[in-house]
Amino acid sequence: MTTREALLTVEGLTVRLPQGADRPHAVEGVSFELQRGEILCIVGESGSGKSITANTIMGLLPRPYVEPVAGRILFEGRDLLQEPESALRALRGSRVGMIFQEPMTALNPVMRIGDQIAEVFDAHGLLTKRQRKANVIELLAGVGLPDPQTLGESYPFRLSGGQRQRVMIAMALALEPAILIADEPTTALDVTTQAQILALIKRLQTERDMGVMFITHDFGVVAEIADRVAVMQLGKVVESGPAQQVLNDPQHAYTRRLVGSVPSFEPPAARPAVVGEPILKVEGLQKVYQTERGLFTKGRRVVAAEDVTFEIRRGETLGLVGESGSGKSTVGRCIVRLLDADGGAVRFREEVDLNALRGRKLAPYRRHVQMVFQDPYASLNPRRKVGRIIAEGPMAHGASEREALARAKELLRLVHLDPSAAERYPHEFSGGQRQRIGIARALALEPELLVADEPVSALDVSVQAQVLDLLEEIRQRLKLALLFITHDLRVAAQICDRIAVMQHGRIVEYGDTRQVFAEPRHDYTRALLAAVPGREWRIPESARLAVQKQEIPA
Amino acid sequence: MRDFWKRFARNKGAVVGLAIIFAVVLLAAFAPLLYPDSPWRMVQRPFLSPLAVDGFWFGTDTLGRDIGAGLAHGARVSLLVGIVSTVVALSIGVTLGALAGYYGGLLDDALMRFTEFFQTIPNFALAIVLVAIFQPSLTSIVLAIAIVSWPPVARLVRGEFLSLRSREFVQASVVLGQSNARIILTQILPNTLSPVIVMASLMVATAILLESSLSFLGLGDPNHMSWGYMIGAARTVLRQAWWMSFFPGIAILLTVLALNLVGEGLNDALNPRLARKGR
Repeated sequence: MTTREALLTVEGLTVRLPQGADRPHAVEGVSFELQRGEILCIVGESGSGKSITANTIMGLLPRPYVEPVAGRILFEGRDLLQEPESALRALRGSRVGMIFQEPMTALNPVMRIGDQIAEVFDAHGLLTKRQRKANVIELLAGVGLPDPQTLGESYPFRLSGGQRQRVMIAMALALEPAILIADEPTTALDVTTQAQILALIKRLQTERDMGVMFITHDFGVVAEIADRVAVMQLGKVVESGPAQQVLNDPQHAYTRRLVGSVPSFEPPAARPAVVGEPILKVEGLQKVYQTERGLFTKGRRVVAAEDVTFEIRRGETLGLVGESGSGKSTVGRCIVRLLDADGGAVRFREEVDLNALRGRKLAPYRRHVQMVFQDPYASLNPRRKVGRIIAEGPMAHGASEREALARAKELLRLVHLDPSAAERYPHEFSGGQRQRIGIARALALEPELLVADEPVSALDVSVQAQVLDLLEEIRQRLKLALLFITHDLRVAAQICDRIAVMQHGRIVEYGDTRQVFAEPRHDYTRALLAAVPGREWRIPESARLAVQKQEIPA
Repeated sequence: MRDFWKRFARNKGAVVGLAIIFAVVLLAAFAPLLYPDSPWRMVQRPFLSPLAVDGFWFGTDTLGRDIGAGLAHGARVSLLVGIVSTVVALSIGVTLGALAGYYGGLLDDALMRFTEFFQTIPNFALAIVLVAIFQPSLTSIVLAIAIVSWPPVARLVRGEFLSLRSREFVQASVVLGQSNARIILTQILPNTLSPVIVMASLMVATAILLESSLSFLGLGDPNHMSWGYMIGAARTVLRQAWWMSFFPGIAILLTVLALNLVGEGLNDALNPRLARKGR
């Protein structure tokens, strides 16, 4: 920080929510300051009011349902809350730029990239046509996009998520705003792309001496780029200060709990070697998606899994890691037989090849391999009571309704929920609680192998830690084998005995977790590890202790 | 359930609609008590205008039959045909739609081409042909209306099944080892019901209109008095005796309108997220 010049000052901002919401104010008494040449990270879990704060600054609230009722937002000597819509419109884009979370939907699909960026100039009535064109190309080159000339002429569908986010950044920076507001700009991106985008934002921020307000839920990202941090909880800023201080010596109890819940990048030292017999052997698994050949269209072949081979022993956790589209979910789905593989074998307990079984022959084996799904909101039938949801599996395998419901209550206790939950519907539970119900459902059939497909990626970090602990506890108690599919290397480091890294449908590296993390052999593994945000940051001991002290799950 | 009623009652039109339907149902139920005589019997002199003679509030028609009796007995036919044909159409449409949507592939193609075959023929023309072939009777009318009105149901249910089939909770039940029949009946079907119920309430209205149109053309069941027949029979004397076609017309209008209002209210109550218009 060279100059201490406040660009944006938020003072005592309070935003009212409509009646019937879970709290009266989305944001209450929030104050912070954004200075020239710094990156301010606003961190918080879902529902903490961080996006509402950003939208209030941009004047993008869905009025009159959600409305600011107190406070001031000072920007260049004006209070944005008092300005009329027309003044705000002139300000948006020109003095304050914004980028959003979902790059796939933020661009107009039927408009050329170049024209979309040029629209920013058009909206503010600047420059001639020729100048605009030149500027667009310069901007696209500035955000590190290859061949800006042709790229400006193409439509958004030709671009990957990372490239689209670069276009969004180019658009936000077109008029050289003083402030850039980024609302979770890397959350929807893969980890290697995320690293590039973070580096880009950092570079542009330094080059242009902008103030960046960066909203995120990920402390790794904070550690990577933040100069200062404001932590929000339930609409209030509970702690703020320089990044180093908040990250390494958090003061507020909530911050400590959040920081302490972040899985460490370092795999734990002592892990007993797993010696059990192999329970599942996957040999040369292959799956190709083929779109139908039409009269005028060529069929498209996508290889989702190619010669995938690994084994899982009893009591072991194998991590299957990779970026989106690497085929890791496909492999998981072939093992639980939601998909039919095109080739290879899935040998269960040396005796049967699950991949060769169809229909009725497969049914008795289903119970041995169960699955925990990613989205706790989509994976439970909204019209059935929790008890029935858990009891369905045993009933499908011949248990009586009484038995199955009684067992469901035991299982609820096992996943640390009250047995009375059996009588309620899924919508009455939070995301973390639902994921516990999903785990109980999978355990109801007493499986020997549990396939968990990104079971914690939809959860907030503190809830995530609890669900991971639960999985670990259950695995040890029931001597389960666990296939853990994830894109999050921090999580993988903490709970996997061995790791298989997938890229383009192939396993490129396979070995002990510590070994893979310490001395990766494949280039892709190295790139993946290097891209994890905030890998230098060691989570402070005080925060770890804070989490352990209140281990009773919500 | 109380929640459901609260959301339904927020739509004032729907409550009015429900009241009207309730009144029509009462009228149909008590028709034999109110008018014990057959509605086809000639009871007074013809062309008696409304309120001219005590006990004949709605007047008489060209043959001296009591229009009030016709209205009451016609309500029975209208409701019967409306409800039964909708139930039949739903059972065809839901079954075919569910099978097509769940199994997909060739079966889906075959069933959807079959559905399109019915959709390409104009509804009313097909209904007329069917009734004419099978001789006009309540059964043939109900069947004809059901046969022309199931395709939209099949389409709707198929769409719902297609989107629900890929949901994680359905995949979870596959992994648990539940049979296809159980998954269709207990997992997916209950989640498709709200749009189907809304559609059904509107289908009853359409069925009543279709039945009236058929009777108007003289293709009604000759043993049962119906609103459509009354209008049809009175159309030649529309200028001399307005009341003969006016009252049954109003009856059809009110019933159909009420059903549509209820349908809208059900939509608000069952899909609360779509219905939020500035509340």
